[in-house]
Amino acid sequence: MAIFIETVLSGLMAGVMYALVALGFVLIFKASGIFNFAQGVMCLFAALTFAGIMEKTSVPWPIAFVLTVAVMVGVAWAVERFVLRHLVNQEPIILFMATIGLAYVLEGVGDIIWGSDVKVINIGLPSGAVDVLLDNFDIYLDKLEVFAALIAAVLVGFLAVFFQKTRIGRALRAVADDHQAALSVGISLQTIWVIVWSVAGFVALVAGIMWGAKSGVQFSLSLIALKALPVLILGGFTSIPGAIVGGLIIGVGEKLAEIYVGPMVGGAIENWFAYMLALAFLLFRPQGLFGEKIIERV
Amino acid sequence: MLYREAGQFKSSYAADQAIFPIAQDRWAVWAFLAVAFLVVPFFVNDYWTNAILLPLLIYGMAALGLNILVGYCGQISLGTGGFMAVGAYASYKLMTSFPELNMIVVVLLSGGITAAVGVMFGLPSLRIKGFYLAVATLAAQFFLVWLFNKVGWFYNYSATGQINAPDRFLFGFQLTGASAQPWVKYLFCLTLLTVFALIAKNLVRGRIGRNWMAIRDMDIAAELIGVRPLMTKLSAFAVSSFYIGMAGSLLFAVYLGAVEVGESFGINVSFLVLFMVIIGGLGSIVGSFMGAAFLVLMPILLKNFMVDGLGLMPVTAKHVEILLMGLLIIFFLIVEPHGLARLWQITKEKLRMWPFPY
Repeated sequence: MAIFIETVLSGLMAGVMYALVALGFVLIFKASGIFNFAQGVMCLFAALTFAGIMEKTSVPWPIAFVLTVAVMVGVAWAVERFVLRHLVNQEPIILFMATIGLAYVLEGVGDIIWGSDVKVINIGLPSGAVDVLLDNFDIYLDKLEVFAALIAAVLVGFLAVFFQKTRIGRALRAVADDHQAALSVGISLQTIWVIVWSVAGFVALVAGIMWGAKSGVQFSLSLIALKALPVLILGGFTSIPGAIVGGLIIGVGEKLAEIYVGPMVGGAIENWFAYMLALAFLLFRPQGLFGEKIIERV
Repeated sequence: MLYREAGQFKSSYAADQAIFPIAQDRWAVWAFLAVAFLVVPFFVNDYWTNAILLPLLIYGMAALGLNILVGYCGQISLGTGGFMAVGAYASYKLMTSFPELNMIVVVLLSGGITAAVGVMFGLPSLRIKGFYLAVATLAAQFFLVWLFNKVGWFYNYSATGQINAPDRFLFGFQLTGASAQPWVKYLFCLTLLTVFALIAKNLVRGRIGRNWMAIRDMDIAAELIGVRPLMTKLSAFAVSSFYIGMAGSLLFAVYLGAVEVGESFGINVSFLVLFMVIIGGLGSIVGSFMGAAFLVLMPILLKNFMVDGLGLMPVTAKHVEILLMGLLIIFFLIVEPHGLARLWQITKEKLRMWPFPY
């Protein structure tokens, strides 16, 4: 029983980490209909920049954090100015490919500036097992993961307030609903895009720091973007709660499958199980768990 | 001036429906094929075939297959690497189980097996569309790679988990294995590609291709005018996987000779082929080859230029190469979202007017 609970808990925590990455996807997809493949590399780039600044200048981490946020806003501005502005009204697949190109550019820039060796993020995040659980119930749970879950909760709360209550948030939702109608009531699409890419960059930074603290900042960080994809289709591309719930389902499902099904078929099924789960799910609900119902007309 | 069809009259339906209606195009294609078949084989050496020609032909074949699915039928697939792996492992099993089998038959059968697998993974396309489908095909990619890694039967329980192509002969010439002549490999791939490009061209301008395009442009409307979505989508998956499977088979048996599945058929191969299709031009046969040529040649040129020309360290050059590839992709998408094929078409139209544009 303890193994089961431990698996579920660690699955939940891994799910939170996936959800952090998926959140960035959802933000951009909602506001501009772009499927941003570069989100994973943005995590890598943000974490690299953060670790690089701390390493080179040895400033305390809050300053490095602020500087990195500034860099991500710069990236957002550049993306809008040099890429998106020229690709308005193109088909989704073209935009998708552009973001893959963007992923290459960010990866190249990050490697050239900061080098491609593994970096360690050490900003005093808690680590080790949660003692209460380990002593009383014999369950191992990493403090870092609990902390990441808390951060994720705060972040989602912050985003929810931002989207529901502030003026910019409402403008964002208006753009998500209908580009042209939003333009006609005087919302500037270009500003909105810069803002939403900045917010996505901020989320990427948080996710990047969490993942970086867990497993070091290296190229494989950008591959977690691929793990976020099944989370997305499970939860629905357009829903923030969907990203969270999808992340949790995938995280738990993956860990349970690895423990209970894995030994039967030779292990390492973590790589594809999430996709199969999402695929099976899609057959019954093509728009995902919380996605808007797809209505098609001729 | 030279490229003008004035005075060329069509007097039969056959002439009217020719693949290249303009005589100059026909001559150019014949000349190109003549050079490719009759001149190049005498000059190729190991470096040219291995670094440039074979990847060009094989990725051209894969891009052609993916273009049928993405460009003509509108179903995005990220499972190309996995399907190429199916082709490779199918031909390995065929080559080792039936040593007498002719290599042409091996490659065709590998394509057939891949087509069957492709149809299976194409089934979800009846329910889901667009990016949801793209992610669903990732399931195929990861599952297939995992399968070939884990199940020993596929690699005959070899200790390394690699598969190695045994020596095979075609019409008395050695085609696979270490001591095969470069020109044999080249001609084999070139012949297959030429034949199957012709077949593809005729498929897409016939009934079945028009059905694919109807589904691509709007599937509900297509359904209403009597195009059966089940048959159309699955046939696109089958034909596309057939080509991709052949490409995988050639990549393994003829080009690489030894393959480790995660390395040669990983997710980056899927992206590479998708790039070729999009940069070359969605829905264009010749575009597939242009895209393949662009993405095979560009890294070589960039590398030669930076390492030899500018004297950069290979590691730095690798990073700059990634950066430049990204910039080029974005640049091309902005300048011409419909790919190199569209640029080619514009050039030809301009050329017809040249030198008096009015």
